[in-house]
Amino acid sequence: MGEISLKLNGELETRDVADNTLLVDFIREHVGLTGTHVGCDTSQCGACVIHLDGVSVKACTILAKQAVGADITTIEGLADGDELHPMQEAFHENHGLQCGFCTPGMVMSAVEMVNKNKDISEDEIREGLEGNICRCTGYHNIVQSVKAGAAKMGGKN
Amino acid sequence: MYSTKYVKPNSTTEALEAIKSLGDGKFLAGGMTLIPTLKQRLASPDGLVDLSGCKLDSIAEEGETLKIGAMARHVSVAESAVVKKVIPALAKLADGIGDRQVRNRGTIGGSVANNDPSACYPSAVLALKATIHTNNRSIAADDFFTGMFETALEDDEIIESISFSKPTKANYVKFPNPASRYAMVGVFVAQFGDEVRVAVTGAGEGGVFRHQEMESVLSSNFSADSLSSVNIDSDGLISDLHASAEYRANLIKEMTKRAVV
Repeated sequence: MGEISLKLNGELETRDVADNTLLVDFIREHVGLTGTHVGCDTSQCGACVIHLDGVSVKACTILAKQAVGADITTIEGLADGDELHPMQEAFHENHGLQCGFCTPGMVMSAVEMVNKNKDISEDEIREGLEGNICRCTGYHNIVQSVKAGAAKMGGKN
Repeated sequence: MYSTKYVKPNSTTEALEAIKSLGDGKFLAGGMTLIPTLKQRLASPDGLVDLSGCKLDSIAEEGETLKIGAMARHVSVAESAVVKKVIPALAKLADGIGDRQVRNRGTIGGSVANNDPSACYPSAVLALKATIHTNNRSIAADDFFTGMFETALEDDEIIESISFSKPTKANYVKFPNPASRYAMVGVFVAQFGDEVRVAVTGAGEGGVFRHQEMESVLSSNFSADSLSSVNIDSDGLISDLHASAEYRANLIKEMTKRAVV
């Protein structure tokens, strides 16, 4: 056990946690932000993707203590007040979801890949989403959403 | 996950002290294999010594070698301008590991120390005549991999960096498992003047191995056609739900042909 402070969506969150606490459990159970989902808990599905210093990682495969000192962004931290992030808007407009369970992870992966590569191609989007599984198999609209989101974020494709 | 202790030292010296103070501690690199293993309760170390604070992530050209710090993440190797310039095949290999979240966390040192029989990096280490530098010695790649999930590393030994010899030419081609992206068969071919080294991962029951016959054929005639006469023995190859040993034998030849360009 031990007290740690993690910077979550700009706020410092201090909690007493066991050393084996996963980051996703810190986010969901200790802080109560349940937008980050746990689908498989075996590092396959990507529903738990968050950003650690701007880099997408699966929060079920990292200990909370490993994230000390990092800037963490979850799906709750993307929007600016009531104004959705352009990628969230794009998912909304293109119906980039069916049941919605995988959506937080999809959006977080999408934002990172577009931040790194604004003019992303469809092939690159599909390759970039390899770590995110949609059990509804709704990939078509998800890929269209990421494309539209990239355009909103300044991409030329 | 069983209860365990977590420490994050700031140097390899401190990390070695930390592992000694634990009864059955494990070094934690990127955690892309270790954390899932702990979650499945397949291991129960009494402590984890996180190496990410030990400043082992530099990448630099050093004379005739390319030296990569053990904690360099796959994404850093894949995107490194130096790696792309000196050994582009290594950048390509790193860019094909797992998915982007795995590449954002997983490290070269962790992959090599774990020696998963289907991991990509061991084939590059073996084909590129790499030297594994630990906290107390340097180990040649040919002496490093000793069997499936087994290496020459001692329990309290830390990989600090890996030096790859610069090849004249190199290429890596893998047939990824469609779900996991692990190599069902991956072949790293490296040419050093007249010498050719061919390392195969994903296929051997004893982990990564060199294929001497293909090496000698390619040394005298570096062309895909020259491999047609080579017979790949399926003895000692992995047979599992993904592919039979015979299927893997065929993949070894096919991936090698594709790698020879």
